[in-house]
Amino acid sequence: MADSGVIDGPGRKDEIERAKSEGKDLTKEEKQRLRKEKKQQKKIKEKKDDKASQENEKEKKPVTSAAPASQPPTQPTVQKAPSAVPATAPVSVPASEASVPADKPTKTKAELKAERRARQEAERASKQTKKGETGQQAATSKPKAPPSDLQPVVKRLPEHIQVDNPDVLKKLAKKLERQQIPLRSDYGYKVSLFSHLHQYSRKAPLTQQLSIPSTVIHPAIVRLGLQYSHGIVAGSNARSVALLHAFKQVIRDYTTPQNEELSRDLVNKLKPYISFLNQCRPLSASMGNAIKYIKKEISNIPSNCKEDEAKNKLLNCIESYINEKIILAGVAIAKCAIEKQKISDGDVILVYGCSSLVNHILCKAFEKNRKFRVIVVDSRPRLEGKEALRRLVQKGISCTYVLISAVSYILPEVSKVFLGAHALLANGYVMSRVGTSQIALVAKAFNVPVLVCCETYKFCDRVQTDSFVSNELDDPDDLIVTRKGTTPLEGWENESSLGLLNLVYDVTPPDFVDLVITELGMIPCTSVPVVLRVKNVDQ
Amino acid sequence: MELQAVLMAAGGGSRMTDLTYNTPKAMLPVGNKPLMWYPLNLLEKVGFEEVIVITTKEVQKAMSTDLKIKDVKMKLDVVSIQEDGDMGTADALRHIQPKIKTDILVLSCDLITDVALHEVVDLFRAHNATMAMLMSKAHEFTETVPGQKGKKKTAEQRDFVGVDKSGKRLLFMANEADLEDGLSIRKSIMRKHPRMLIKTGLVDAHLYCLKKAVVDFLTENKSISSIRGELVPYLVRKQFSKTVNSQKLKDDTDDQTQEKNDGPLLISSRDEPLLQLAQERSCWNDHRGDMSEAYHGGKLRCYVHIMDQGLCCRVNTLAAYIEVNRLAPKLFEEPSVHPSADISERCQMGSDSIIGAVCHIADKTSIKRSTIGNFTTVKEKVKVTNSIIMHGVTIEEGCNIQGSVICSNAVIGRGADLKYCLVGNGQHIEPEGKSTKNSSDRL
Repeated sequence: MADSGVIDGPGRKDEIERAKSEGKDLTKEEKQRLRKEKKQQKKIKEKKDDKASQENEKEKKPVTSAAPASQPPTQPTVQKAPSAVPATAPVSVPASEASVPADKPTKTKAELKAERRARQEAERASKQTKKGETGQQAATSKPKAPPSDLQPVVKRLPEHIQVDNPDVLKKLAKKLERQQIPLRSDYGYKVSLFSHLHQYSRKAPLTQQLSIPSTVIHPAIVRLGLQYSHGIVAGSNARSVALLHAFKQVIRDYTTPQNEELSRDLVNKLKPYISFLNQCRPLSASMGNAIKYIKKEISNIPSNCKEDEAKNKLLNCIESYINEKIILAGVAIAKCAIEKQKISDGDVILVYGCSSLVNHILCKAFEKNRKFRVIVVDSRPRLEGKEALRRLVQKGISCTYVLISAVSYILPEVSKVFLGAHALLANGYVMSRVGTSQIALVAKAFNVPVLVCCETYKFCDRVQTDSFVSNELDDPDDLIVTRKGTTPLEGWENESSLGLLNLVYDVTPPDFVDLVITELGMIPCTSVPVVLRVKNVDQ
Repeated sequence: MELQAVLMAAGGGSRMTDLTYNTPKAMLPVGNKPLMWYPLNLLEKVGFEEVIVITTKEVQKAMSTDLKIKDVKMKLDVVSIQEDGDMGTADALRHIQPKIKTDILVLSCDLITDVALHEVVDLFRAHNATMAMLMSKAHEFTETVPGQKGKKKTAEQRDFVGVDKSGKRLLFMANEADLEDGLSIRKSIMRKHPRMLIKTGLVDAHLYCLKKAVVDFLTENKSISSIRGELVPYLVRKQFSKTVNSQKLKDDTDDQTQEKNDGPLLISSRDEPLLQLAQERSCWNDHRGDMSEAYHGGKLRCYVHIMDQGLCCRVNTLAAYIEVNRLAPKLFEEPSVHPSADISERCQMGSDSIIGAVCHIADKTSIKRSTIGNFTTVKEKVKVTNSIIMHGVTIEEGCNIQGSVICSNAVIGRGADLKYCLVGNGQHIEPEGKSTKNSSDRL
């Protein structure tokens, strides 16, 4: 994900800044040294934070910033237990998880803010003194899932939501130059609320600036990038599958250069490709997870493995990932939904846009002879609902088609709403095509159950509460419509006060979603972090 | 490697024999550069590093001595074929089939254009097309053609090109010569693409992106000899044929011979299962309103990019040659006077004239809207207007040359007055000769 580059601690930041200021790339030795220091710092932090979690468990009372004074005296008693702490950490975690709901209602927003501020002060203090004094830090940290997250994390903002910051743009330009990838320039006037996001035009593809027999970027990746930017491959699942297919071709054509190891060199080869695809169209959450998986698999290849074996292994990994996470997950979700009577006879089901998973579920239910009818809700400018309508009607399902403006008119007839998701965020919010939150809201007002269908590989550990901070801006020229030969909005760029906004995603709060159907079963929206944690522990 | 470039430079220039009987078409000077330099320059600008050039031995010899072609930084892999003229473009492709390892971009040596090549190649890549080609809106040639008495318009065979609503997908292509009774379109095509635009005023630029499977197909089907004349219409027709679209290919025994012929084409067009899956899951369709999936399930697709702005010219007639001499120099930011030319101060030279290397232009000459080749000598009191003068020509004093084409090594005697004439290679025009709209190419 975009947030994967999280800085763990202040010490490491110093190191990296020092190296950068020296003006040369980190050599192998320096990298190893950095890695060692990182590990040491992590250990120190783990000790600090596990002490804190143990304290909080023992006390089980709301922790405020006033409490630090009382805590240092109890510290020395706990300090004898640091060696036992890492072993007990996983065990303590579920307990602390259980204590979280109890703690939550007792803390107010102001207290949380104060905690956060105190945490930052503590960081600054510890940076200056460089001692292991943990008093202030321990007091303010809430018991969170894995021990590493207990550290006060200063998250670095991903660059794709900082487009109006010229420094970030410069950094991006430098990085792309290093990778020999052309920079795609933004197009048109951006609405001020969204000026921090990229906005590209489909008429200026990235291939304009590439050489035609593309040598820097593998041809399969160029083709994929073009298909993304033209919208030929659209939809979370389709994009991931196409990405993995292109990676398979890249791996097949790859040869390890001399004095390099496949496990490290192949990952470096993939980085410019991923930047290129990001420039063509911002990566989706499912793609990000797939890339993480592949990178992990590549780095886990033992160094004594022969090249052909390694390549075959990787190709098989990709095949099995697609099979398990996408195809079989789809089958399992459909089975789950149908057998648990989520689609029963006489149902009127409302779907929005074209979600491959929801279409699959409905088609399977129809094959199992359930009697239901479908209402397809569609919205401009993509009009994806027409494609969903075509697929359902082809199977023989009786459908109704409305535009999103008619949703409140049609909802009294509806018995269930099935929605697809682009990603499920760690705080339970559902990120999906723009318009989904509207439908969920109206459905809630009419007391119609809303079910979201999503495979687990789309779960991401990002947190978002609004649709402004991180979104995608599509080509604004899509909004220009020709009516009977006239195009009223044709010269929109010349109007200084007119901006066209073509949003792609929005987030739906978990209060509007009643159930999420995944291949692990039917879970409430708020259990997403649990699933993520289980996945992390597995890996 | 993504694309290999193939330049077809063996053509004879059958429609401008006056110019080509001594100089091969590929080496005709246009703006003082050989004709085949222009497509090579286009490929080099875009980023190609290697080009396979199919040409005759004569041209190969001329290429090795030409300075401009030596300037080209790409690696030229020259393949020479017999000059008997029986080998068509498709035959030439079959000849170099062992060298072809990936998809190819086929160019003709007489194409002069400033098209953004990525437009054509993007269609080829994005839609996984079997063929993508370039066409341009035709322009009327306004200059008087020397050697033609009166405005005689040769009956040009029109091309009927049918494209779909978006203007990118090629649905129908036929030449007027092949349509005897009238234009008939199959019902299956109309059912799939109810809106078809048929255009007749288009010029085929002879620039094709072809999949490697097409070259393999050519090696099996030896009956196809010309790309433009036979292969392209065949591929366009094959898009909608039943054998390509039907899934049950192995069941029908009648279709087996057909299948053998089309074998390589079909195998290439059967997408891998993952690509199939991606397409199934994608919510994109290229058309709306009927029940079929994207591309109507067709695996073979042909695309065309139609240029409406910019220069795109094929130099295969005299009129085109003259037109292009006027326009081509504007494509490049080069000084119109070669630094090594010796021009006296009292010479009136228009800004749209081009003077080649090592020229001698004497006093009191007037050169307007003309191209003067390398090693040419122009003596005093000569008026040259609207003309093309090739290399090594000597023009004696007092001549008046208007709207003419004078080929290499010709000598124009003193006081000659040429209007709209075509003087062949090495010809001598008598002094005080007056010729109007004459074409002298006989030695």
